[in-house]
Amino acid sequence: MSDLVQTPEAKVAYDARWKRILDCVALKQADRMPVIMYATYWLAKYGGISYKELMYDYEKTKEIAERAVLEFEPDACISLVGASALGRVFEATGYKQLQWPGHGVGDNQPYQYLDREYMKAEEYAELIADPTGFYLNKYLPRIFGAFEGFENFPVFPGMFYFRAITGLRPLANKEFRKALQKVLDAADEVDVYMTHVGLWNKRIGALGFPLINGSASGAPYDVLADYFRGATGMMKDLFRHKEQLLEAIDMMRRNLVRMTIANAKATGNPIVFIPIHWAPDAFMSPKQFETFWWPSFRQMMLDLIDADLIPMPLWESDCTKRLEIIKDVPPGKCIYWFERTDIVKAYEVLGDRVALRGNLSPSMMTTGTPADVDAAVKRLVDEVWNKGGSLMLDTAFGIPDETPIDNVRAMFDSARKYAG
Amino acid sequence: MGDMNEQEGQLVEFLAEMQEDEALELAKRMLLEEGAAPLRVLELCRNAMDIVGKRFEEGEYFLPELVLAGEMLETIGAIAKPLIKHAPGEEPKKLGKVLIGTVHGDLHDIGKNIVAFMLDINGFEVRDIGIDVPVNSFIDEINTWQPDVVGLSGFLTLAFDSMKETIAAFEQQGMRGKFKVMIGGGQIDETVRAYTGADAFGVNAVEAVNLCKAWMGEAA
Repeated sequence: MSDLVQTPEAKVAYDARWKRILDCVALKQADRMPVIMYATYWLAKYGGISYKELMYDYEKTKEIAERAVLEFEPDACISLVGASALGRVFEATGYKQLQWPGHGVGDNQPYQYLDREYMKAEEYAELIADPTGFYLNKYLPRIFGAFEGFENFPVFPGMFYFRAITGLRPLANKEFRKALQKVLDAADEVDVYMTHVGLWNKRIGALGFPLINGSASGAPYDVLADYFRGATGMMKDLFRHKEQLLEAIDMMRRNLVRMTIANAKATGNPIVFIPIHWAPDAFMSPKQFETFWWPSFRQMMLDLIDADLIPMPLWESDCTKRLEIIKDVPPGKCIYWFERTDIVKAYEVLGDRVALRGNLSPSMMTTGTPADVDAAVKRLVDEVWNKGGSLMLDTAFGIPDETPIDNVRAMFDSARKYAG
Repeated sequence: MGDMNEQEGQLVEFLAEMQEDEALELAKRMLLEEGAAPLRVLELCRNAMDIVGKRFEEGEYFLPELVLAGEMLETIGAIAKPLIKHAPGEEPKKLGKVLIGTVHGDLHDIGKNIVAFMLDINGFEVRDIGIDVPVNSFIDEINTWQPDVVGLSGFLTLAFDSMKETIAAFEQQGMRGKFKVMIGGGQIDETVRAYTGADAFGVNAVEAVNLCKAWMGEAA
């Protein structure tokens, strides 16, 4: 397919863009300040379709996402299709942790996570002792409708000789067979989705635009808090189940590292996007942070760095008081994306340690004018980029869905105007 | 709090220090075995929460402490409240009425729930009308319940417009001047406050309590 092959001109453009990103990571000033494009439902606004269509119509979403990249010419973007066209895989898996257009929210509302206790506090021991068994028998049926019926999937460890034969009997169960078929059908849809995503990623590369990251992951504490225990459950565990929590975090770290390295290596892109949810200043005390949150995440970043990967945490909310602690990583190996932490302040503390990404505020992007955006970009250029900072300009956590298109234009235009 | 006996002081300390097992055991003993006055035990709980709130403002305590304190108080409240024999005038006077809900389009409620709990424990009468609340539901509740403060919560950026629309509807109904409006949520800042026309915004539950106390003429 010729539209997936890079022309020599596109290769020059691609290499120049990717070099800008890697220069930033290495704390060398690039030839101009890179601008990153991260968007999900904003693409629906841009392309004049509903949020639901964006999630379900692979072809339309690919076309709109390509048009946006060609119009704004970011130095790198996320896999815009991968982050948006998720409706069919959610449906095929019977995904229960989100509500999305047509499934709990309206056609023009974003998907929203359902904070629940997907694992009870009493189940820590089981999760720690046999994570695979816990996933198959309990966790997967709780989060995916397709896996309902896997509750009696055999627990193989301990089986031997005739026990290993008779132990297969649950697989003959009709309910299990039905579930298995649903899972296989879901896997087919996941294959279709990932094929579309892969084609779009390749197409964008052929046009000269790299992806900012090839894979994504989570921090050990956050994965347990968000996707297993729920927000309030996890906060109570800090007092009631300290030891088990630390053990579970350690187990999760090892498995996250293994999964993340495998996924990242498969894409060929070394940058790993890691949205961070529970690090904000207000969410726990410095002591709790240094006991429960930071050690496992720091170790995870070091493990990824050892595997020649580049961790790119998005520090959500305000993490100003954490800056001195999270500075403890080797220089020139990470990108720190900040949401509400003032990047100017972050640059003062972290400027010689990590590249920075961010962070035009959502309230300004959605309710402000292009002149407001211009002033905000100029401030970051004056206070960070022009002082030698390795800054990649972006919004605070992606272009907010409601952002007027003119404000997005202003973000890209002003970056070029003030920083090459 | 100066007139507390040793045991009462101990309960306040256990609660304020997050010693959950000890606090619950002592509260149960006081209420179920020693016949302590349930209203007195609840008052001690409020005293402990004052300390917790103060430590939160001073940056010693954080969200997990508020959540655990909430849990302890709920457990003690569930034991104490059925034991209360209502005498006239014994019911503590409420500081004011706060109506709270997450605006339409937004399903998030963790922050809202913590704010509602903190207001309740600080002496406000709170009516929490849930998530994804349509404009008309706010208006109906306001008409029937006559709150002093309306709290609008939202986590997503779509909440900016939902809040603006909700507050504009209060104007259209001619009710805007009858109560104060506060907003809160992960993305809320002064820009959003000005955009929506709210009276104030808060970045955490203690700020919400302080806003309401100030509006009701109470020392925060």
